[in-house]
Amino acid sequence: MTYIAKPKFHHPGLPTNELGYTHRDYEGKISTLCAGCGHDSITASIIEACFELSIEPHRVAKISGIGCSSKTPDYFLGNSHGFNSVHGRMPSVLTGANLANRELIYLGVSGDGDSASIGFGQFAHAIRRAVNMVYIVENNGVYGLTKGQFSATADRGSKSKRGVVNTDSSIDLVAIALQLGATYVARSFSGDKRQLVPLIKGAIEHQGAAFLDVISPCVAFNNHVGSTKSFDYVREHNEAVNRLDVITGRAPIKIDYEPGKVEVVEQHDGTKLALRKLKDEYDPHDRLAAMNFLQQHAAKGQVVTGLLYVDTEPEDLHAHLNTVEAPLNTLSERELCPGAGVLEKINAGLR
Amino acid sequence: MQSTDIAAPDYFHKVVDCQWACPAHTPVPEYIRLIAAGRYSDAYMINWRSNVFPGILGRTCDRPCEPACRRGRVEKDPVAICRLKRVAADFKDDIRGRLPKPVAHRNGKRIALIGGGPASLAVARDLAPLGYHCVVFDQDPKAGGMMRTQIPKFRLPDAVIDEECDYILNLGIEFVGGRRIDSMKALLAENFDAIFVGSGAPRGRELDIPGRQEAAKNIHIGIDWLSSVSFGHIDKIGKRVIVLGGGNTAMDCCRSSRRLGGEDVKVIVRSGFEEMKASPWEKEDAMHEGIPILNYLVPKEFTHENGRLTGVVFEKVKAEYDDKGRRKLVPTGEPDEHIACDDVLVAVGQENAFPWIERDLGIEFDKWDMPKVDPKTMASTNPKIFFGGDAAFGPKNIIWAVAHGHEAALSIDKFCSGEDINDRPQPMVDIVSQKMGIHEWSYDNDISADKRYRVPLRDKVVALRDIKAEVELGYDVELALKEAERCLNCDVQTVFTGSLCIECDACVDICPMDCITFTDNGDEAELRTRLKAPSRNVTQDLYVADGLKTGRVMVKDEDVCLHCGLCAERCPTGAWDMQKYLIDMTQAEDRCRAPARSAA
Repeated sequence: MTYIAKPKFHHPGLPTNELGYTHRDYEGKISTLCAGCGHDSITASIIEACFELSIEPHRVAKISGIGCSSKTPDYFLGNSHGFNSVHGRMPSVLTGANLANRELIYLGVSGDGDSASIGFGQFAHAIRRAVNMVYIVENNGVYGLTKGQFSATADRGSKSKRGVVNTDSSIDLVAIALQLGATYVARSFSGDKRQLVPLIKGAIEHQGAAFLDVISPCVAFNNHVGSTKSFDYVREHNEAVNRLDVITGRAPIKIDYEPGKVEVVEQHDGTKLALRKLKDEYDPHDRLAAMNFLQQHAAKGQVVTGLLYVDTEPEDLHAHLNTVEAPLNTLSERELCPGAGVLEKINAGLR
Repeated sequence: MQSTDIAAPDYFHKVVDCQWACPAHTPVPEYIRLIAAGRYSDAYMINWRSNVFPGILGRTCDRPCEPACRRGRVEKDPVAICRLKRVAADFKDDIRGRLPKPVAHRNGKRIALIGGGPASLAVARDLAPLGYHCVVFDQDPKAGGMMRTQIPKFRLPDAVIDEECDYILNLGIEFVGGRRIDSMKALLAENFDAIFVGSGAPRGRELDIPGRQEAAKNIHIGIDWLSSVSFGHIDKIGKRVIVLGGGNTAMDCCRSSRRLGGEDVKVIVRSGFEEMKASPWEKEDAMHEGIPILNYLVPKEFTHENGRLTGVVFEKVKAEYDDKGRRKLVPTGEPDEHIACDDVLVAVGQENAFPWIERDLGIEFDKWDMPKVDPKTMASTNPKIFFGGDAAFGPKNIIWAVAHGHEAALSIDKFCSGEDINDRPQPMVDIVSQKMGIHEWSYDNDISADKRYRVPLRDKVVALRDIKAEVELGYDVELALKEAERCLNCDVQTVFTGSLCIECDACVDICPMDCITFTDNGDEAELRTRLKAPSRNVTQDLYVADGLKTGRVMVKDEDVCLHCGLCAERCPTGAWDMQKYLIDMTQAEDRCRAPARSAA
């Protein structure tokens, strides 16, 4: 924890986005997490993604539960809406908010404890229902706030800081999200912003349930030899299947041409995802193959990262429920109380 | 790029922009912190060691440190370094007990110093404590040189000059006032072991245009006139005064005129306002006193009637640039302008003059009739004779004179000890971690967002009534503290150890100025294009460190680092540390007899 506020001065040559903001304008309060926490890098990546997409801060709602990860919304987008809910209950609060006003961008920030243990059911159902959101899990494999017990995402056989071996099977949230029908699924690493920032941008632009599992080393309790969520382990075992560039109609197209095939995927809203294949055989449109690929590599102790699955024609909860498009708070008495005639019609339909 | 060698004394010295820019390399942030702590005497002594005249320079320095100040690149205005120096002088206790004592036994060497100005006094101050018998000659009865004769009292009161000259003269220095050296040959015959020439640039440049002779009674050479004012020989001037010239002397002339009866005083310069040699703040001070500055007017003729000056005729010009960017002033073709006046002060430059140095003494002169002086050792071609201050390379300023003095003293000490004067000693360098606790540092790392504070001025009506009334009142303790807090502590260095780094990016994310990048190595120009924030100031170094597990390098652009220490606070492994870097230039001294100051 740092006692002083981050100075307001910024680099005189900082670029500004279409709204005239610098990336500093997307910051929140100074982090109170441990020095070196992977979560702070995810915070920085969210800031960078929102800056690059020129998102108006008041159009974002940040919703979180409990845990180190769920504290982070305080550290980015200081001018956005926020709701810090109870443990594991972020998905239902987010679902409710989304139903009430579909015009905002919903950013659900959670951790492995919040989503894979106490909130596992909530996580599953929000994904099932295809809520239009960005669901980010800041996954460090330990309960940091209670000093480093294994969480449900810790790999079987990995060692705690005190040398205890984990005997429980781990939950792979990406596999669950794929199975439950998330339409944008990605995994990344807090130590690789070049990969993470475009994945967050793609998730924000995606008009459906987007799920991002970000491995985020806990420097205090899970960055030792024997951990499978440490900086060194993830760097050594990172199997990136592709690299993503998000191309919005507004920003000029800029792809750095490295070797590897580039596939441009157009999403429903017109944004384009330029995917550079790093693994030739990997097809991010084949859900079943993706699930197999994940399992095979997980068995080898490898961490598969990149954009793992994307459905370019997603449907969301509002479409399923045929809800009204306008935010509920903009509806007037005339729409909410359409009168006795309409009531009579509805009643007649039920007879 | 090669990894940065942070052990080389110059690397971190350059990061301390103010100290690097100061000719005498005063440890600026160190004394500013002491001022913030209320330790004015300590702050004064640090200055006294480096620049010899803190009270005088705190009022009159040309302050090369301020344009260099990092704060000026971070926000608009630099820290008011110069006026903080004055604060140290104003609020210090009696520091006489902390000065060197006159030596009990001299070493038998006699040094003659010609001119009693800042250069000679600096030499004498360095040499006297080592046992040298220093004899200072000056044409005027009191020491101080141009500081006393050319700087008006409303900028620099006599009491301040007296105090700081006395600190030096009381070291056992023989001051021979009222004796003008007219022959170097004769002085050489007096068998001094070495001679230092610090006689300044005492001749004001003439303006030879029609009417100069006829109206001579009302046309005065600026520096001579200022000196006469200083000694009280002149106490009035006509109502309408024109000052010709755009340097600091011109500013002193016009402001003095306003106090001696000049009601309609104008400064008129040949070239543009922006190109004037005067420091921006001196121009501001003049304009504040109701003195207009007219530009692009070239004096053509003095008009006169019955031997009395009536005015000056000016040709109107404009600036034109040739393809090499050289400026030429060409007539606009408009009719000449006649500006009426009662007196003219000519302040169009100063020259050195050495009619008193015989040309057969082994002192070589160049084609501009200036002595050949080695800029490092200050030695002339006669091994016994050294130059410094304005006498060496033409008109500069006090702080350069002091810097020359230190170098010349070092050379004289080496020469008199039979050592090679080209063998210059290294500075003393001390680098100490400032970490006090997990998030505590022994300096104040909370960056003040305050804008530069103005120095309170005496009421204009009162100030213009009395030529001896000091215009600037100086910061009070409260303002001084606030201004001191603006200093970014650039001497507290960000020191990186690659082998400790786990590349978690915490420093990259927290840095408010986006100074830090972890990336693949490359050559400097290419690397600068890949940094997190634009890296356009190539005069500021990149700090490159390797030894990282991923094979990348850490690159820190030093340009606008706030030295807030957040990188070190957010570093989980201590790969970053904040370390105070104190560099102390070696002067003529015996390091064993006088141990160098260490980090406070």
